[in-house]
Amino acid sequence: MHKTWWKIICIFLLIYTFTAGLLFDVPYLPILEETIRNLYFHVGMWFAMMLLFTVSVIYAVLYLKKLDIRYDVISRHFAVTGILFGLLGYATGAIWASFTWADPNNSFFDNFKTIVRDPKLIGAAISLFVYFAYLILRDSVTDPDKKARISAVYNIFAYALLFPALWIIPRILPSLHPGQEGNPALDVKNDISAGMRIVFYPAVIGWTLLGVWIATLKIRMTFLKNKLMFE
Amino acid sequence: MSSKIIFAHLKKDILLEIRQQYSFYGIILYTLATVFVLYNSIKEPEPQVWSGLFWVIQLFICINAVAKSFLNEKKERMLYMYSVTHPVQFIVAKFIFNSLLIVIMSLLSIFLYSLFMGFPIKQSGLFILVVITGSWSLSMVFTFLSAIAAKAQQNAAILVILGFPILLPQLFLIYQLTESLLSTGKSFPLVPFFMLLSLDLLVFLLAVILFPFLWKD
Repeated sequence: MHKTWWKIICIFLLIYTFTAGLLFDVPYLPILEETIRNLYFHVGMWFAMMLLFTVSVIYAVLYLKKLDIRYDVISRHFAVTGILFGLLGYATGAIWASFTWADPNNSFFDNFKTIVRDPKLIGAAISLFVYFAYLILRDSVTDPDKKARISAVYNIFAYALLFPALWIIPRILPSLHPGQEGNPALDVKNDISAGMRIVFYPAVIGWTLLGVWIATLKIRMTFLKNKLMFE
Repeated sequence: MSSKIIFAHLKKDILLEIRQQYSFYGIILYTLATVFVLYNSIKEPEPQVWSGLFWVIQLFICINAVAKSFLNEKKERMLYMYSVTHPVQFIVAKFIFNSLLIVIMSLLSIFLYSLFMGFPIKQSGLFILVVITGSWSLSMVFTFLSAIAAKAQQNAAILVILGFPILLPQLFLIYQLTESLLSTGKSFPLVPFFMLLSLDLLVFLLAVILFPFLWKD
């Protein structure tokens, strides 16, 4: 393995997340019950997504500064991995919502309707839409340098405009999703007991490292494929 | 960056608009046709539906009015501009021109829309202010995105794909402002209004910073 130490940390943290996350004591809360363990997975995914998108934007800025095509490759792959984690966040969220928000007396469609209308879910969907649009924009340009420049500009523009709003607006609106009074993901003082924190923080770091690992593998693959181009 | 050159750009755009009036009248016709179609399907919409439909129309008017600011620029002309001006002057001139255009368009569309669909707004002065600032924000975002779309050699379709997700926060603020004007009791929420203005400032700054990178071909 290339640069092994943090990959080993990542594996250990994720093994810890899966074992401790499923075995350790959790506070018993009404409705949530045992599903509270999903916190280690669901919230970790969204954290990883936000971080990967942020890294993607940082490399977009670096690309515009240095105009080195390698930064563009890095930026793109971090965005794609971010999308992957966003979709995983959705999947884990859907499982969670089906046990907590969904009312078994209502039809599937009624439950689905209330859940998809939640402002925080809409916010999450929008952030994914932006990166889908980013990929479409990339594919619509053929010249690699022009593609890199245009998509870096869009990446920065969309991120700077959208993400602050995504962090502010859902906190104003009524929502089923926790975190109304503050941070929707990391309200550790009120939401999470001390026992959960010792699993939650490692889990977040573990998922983020996994995301970085996937992205770096893809980046290295692209570098190898285009070896002639980058030399 | 001198204001003289910005003014010269602005004059060029206004002259072009006056000489080729097809686009201006085209947008008016577009508004009228849309309002007719809506009038035939919903005669007297409820206030909420009214404001929702109004903003959807306004969104498409903005796209149509603003998209051409870069999509219609020919490559040769851009090459010429590249040799005579600084990109910041160019984009600032485009912003000013599109703002003027969109203010006129919004006033016209309020008039045409309320002529057919009624006017459930209680405070009309504030509503005009909201429409002008709201449409102005939309036009700011679309001006910059049309610069991106023009480089991607695509039609207006990519503009919609790129624009709509980014615009949702702005639209959300605009809806909140409009909603407060639908009933008499509510006071005008100042916080969303200033948030909208600060988002406009952010768009402007980002565009000024990023446009020089787009502009080089």
